[in-house]
Amino acid sequence: MTPAGTNPDVVVIGGGNAALCAAITAAEAGARVLILEAAPKPYRGGNSRHTRNFRCMHQGPLGPLVDSYTEEEYLADLLKVTGGKTHEGLARLAIRTSEACLPWMEEHGVRFQPSLSGTLSLARTNAFFLGGGKGLVNAYYRTAERLGVEVVYEALVTHLELDEDRINYVDYIRDGQTHRVTPKSVVVASGGFQADTDWLARAWGPAARNFLIRGTPYNRGVVLADLLAQDIAQVGDPTQCHAVAIDGRAPKFDGGIVTRLDCVPFSIVVNKDAERFYDEGEDVWPKRYAIWGRLVAAQPDQVGYVIIDAKSLNLFMPSVFPPIKADTLEELAGKLDLPAEALAETVATFNAACGDTSGFHPTELDGVATTGLTPPKTNWARPITEPPFYGYSLRTGVTFTYLGLKVDENAQCAIGDRPIRNLWAAGETMAGSILGQGYLAGFGMTIGTVFGRIAGKEAAAHAN
Amino acid sequence: MQTDLLQEARRQAEICNACRYCEGYCSVFPALHAERAFSDGDLTQLANLCHNCRGCYYACQYTAPHEFNLNLPQALANVRQDSWEDLAFPRAAGKAFQKSGVMIALAAVIGFALLFWAVRALATQGGEGFYAVLSHNAMVAIFLPAFLFPLFSIAISLRRYWRQVGAQRLKAVHLVRAFGQAANMRNLKGGHGDGCNFEDEDRFSQGRRMAHQAVMYGFLLCFASTSVATVMHYVLNMPAPYPLWSLPKLLGVSGGLLLVVGCVEMVRLKLRADTSLCAQGAFGGEIAFVGLLGFVGLSGLVLYGLGQTAAMPVLLALHLGSVLALFLLTPFTKMAHGFYRLAALAADSQRQ
Ligand SMILES: Cc1cc2nc3c(=O)[nH]c(=O)nc-3n(C[C@H](O)[C@H](O)[C@H](O)COP(=O)(O)OP(=O)(O)OC[C@H]3O[C@@H](n4cnc5c(N)ncnc54)[C@H](O)[C@@H]3O)c2cc1C
Ligand code: SF4
Ligand code: SF4
Repeated sequence: MTPAGTNPDVVVIGGGNAALCAAITAAEAGARVLILEAAPKPYRGGNSRHTRNFRCMHQGPLGPLVDSYTEEEYLADLLKVTGGKTHEGLARLAIRTSEACLPWMEEHGVRFQPSLSGTLSLARTNAFFLGGGKGLVNAYYRTAERLGVEVVYEALVTHLELDEDRINYVDYIRDGQTHRVTPKSVVVASGGFQADTDWLARAWGPAARNFLIRGTPYNRGVVLADLLAQDIAQVGDPTQCHAVAIDGRAPKFDGGIVTRLDCVPFSIVVNKDAERFYDEGEDVWPKRYAIWGRLVAAQPDQVGYVIIDAKSLNLFMPSVFPPIKADTLEELAGKLDLPAEALAETVATFNAACGDTSGFHPTELDGVATTGLTPPKTNWARPITEPPFYGYSLRTGVTFTYLGLKVDENAQCAIGDRPIRNLWAAGETMAGSILGQGYLAGFGMTIGTVFGRIAGKEAAAHAN
Repeated sequence: MQTDLLQEARRQAEICNACRYCEGYCSVFPALHAERAFSDGDLTQLANLCHNCRGCYYACQYTAPHEFNLNLPQALANVRQDSWEDLAFPRAAGKAFQKSGVMIALAAVIGFALLFWAVRALATQGGEGFYAVLSHNAMVAIFLPAFLFPLFSIAISLRRYWRQVGAQRLKAVHLVRAFGQAANMRNLKGGHGDGCNFEDEDRFSQGRRMAHQAVMYGFLLCFASTSVATVMHYVLNMPAPYPLWSLPKLLGVSGGLLLVVGCVEMVRLKLRADTSLCAQGAFGGEIAFVGLLGFVGLSGLVLYGLGQTAAMPVLLALHLGSVLALFLLTPFTKMAHGFYRLAALAADSQRQ
């Protein structure tokens, strides 16, 4: 195959899951494909390198997945988390196509693992990548290279020149110089804008500067902003993002999965004034994981502190940083920089409100609740009495933003109500077309794989 | 053992335990996920379960330049290497040879010298073939202790290992499982059957597994050849030399060929692999060891080919000298890893 050079058939912007699925599909259809990835090679793969599974419909056992997971059940799960803010047509398309994706992924080098320790509950709905998302990304890069796809790293796309209903050229910066390519087709798969703290702060207010970004620092929404400024159809609003509460000591970017903390249900969580602010035992943790990002974001300095005692230490998955440990609550307050008297008071009040704990059951809603306390703790409420005491700080960790490009069932972008003839979008950057809010574990990779493949096919067909 | 190496392995194991993305690659991860805190013994066991396939390095989202700086293959290799030195009997020999290619080469040279001296000094009175150069009794006098001492030494080391990792009483079923896994090198398949990431970054290949199989089975065939010959000599009263279509020769020649091919391929792969994923400072020792092993095979084959020529006495001394060095160094070189690995697999099977 001749090198794609400066006038490839298809330019794919981004180097994560959606981009690679598009590039591979287009190359298999005979197109000369050029991938422009902003990150250097060791950091290629965007947020996809942090993922671990994808959610897949299946009529019967499929690969690592047991039983069946029907379209209706999948859709129902989705509607539950989005509160109905779902584009049903596109959602059904993604769900239905996911079944064919799994074997396609295997054919293109992705390997799955038998259900993992600690995640058996997902063995039916989610297929886990062996080696996680970076293993998947590596396999796709190998496949793409074999198909003759050209990859340029450290290529930051800055501008797509729109002329009426077609993209004329694409500009990118590499080594401080601007380069121009004039492809026949363009696929945008460059994620959200969460790594641009200024943009987050404009949308969210200054509090957003204290947020941590769980994934790649390269998803800064440069292409998204450029296209929206040229009036390309958008979907979602910039204040919406998926955020969870993570270990406050996590790095600003790229902390990934290991900064997750699962101990909230067995704790009390206080703000920097040592006051509780929400029911820590409202529901099982996977269902409450995502709301705590916002809860912490609303507290002073956007920080929270989890307090547990010795009897709860082994009830949750370990996380990357060991907890702060102290023999007394006073000492713990000192180490966490919390007002000691206030903390003692909060814990004492909480302890006094705890009742009979004999029904305590760590993995079920056990109804072991406080009485007469505001806010209450409605499950797993056990007094915090047994030294040593442990503490973690919590911060808001942003996974991705929802503002994106509006696409149709061909993954095609539009201006007004006219499709743009040679522009498609896939992955996080168009996920808002399907999900208005909320998130279902593993659906991000489903969207990227399904629409990446559609975009790649359409882009290649247009180029031929 | 070196606490800084253990501490670094502990740091990384704790990150892996929070992540678990690599669970399916090998036996290390299920064992790792069963713990919450890692004692020195736990880490020694994990280290000896790892065979440096590197799957978990190339798949890791936290490798350098990321600040978590994960490099589990190297962290475990360092602990593993250190454990072999530390558990060796006598310990000083482990420290002297494990990492030192020079010392291994020196040992081989001493082996050659000893054999040349023996050939001269213990010149035989009659005897056929090789025994015309060195009498059967002289060979036994040299090689019996050289065979028994390493066995004794390894037995002590394995006992130390068993204590260190806190394993329970050994039962036959543990050994059966361990040998089963070792025989087909299940772990070297990488959990998905595509092999390991060794010679070309994240590309999976069966190359290392093949090379390792060739070396292991080649060595075992050569060993079987010698064992069969011993039985024929003492039990069946059929002294050497044997014709080509005899069991010792068939085993020896095919084993020698496998061993040489396997060693050459192994060295080639090691030269291509990224050394920053191996134990620090162990490269020379490993290459020298594979070289010695390959030399044993090659000199054996050449001896077989030129056994009827005037070069035979020299070749015999070279071959026997290298065999002597290999045997005596078994507890103190990479050769020992097979024993530790079996012990680790047996201990691991107690968890299941
Ligand atoms: C910690 C973490 C865990 C997650 N786990 C899961 C999971 O288990 N399952 C799941 O389904 N989803 C998960 N998600 C969500 C998932 O990561 C995304 O839905 C999915 O990866 C999106 O893929 P993508 O290809 O659209 O974007 P990305 O993988 O983020 O790729 C975007 C690419 O665009 C490049 N780029 C950005 N701007 C430019 C530019 N201007 N020029 C050139 N290139 C550019 C980036 O470098 C990157 O390569 C997780 C997210 C995080 C942060
Ligand atoms: S090596 Fe990296 S990806 Fe694998 S389990 Fe450890 S931290 Fe996770
Ligand atoms: S290098 Fe291979 S054997 Fe060692 S821990 Fe990693 S995946 Fe397992």
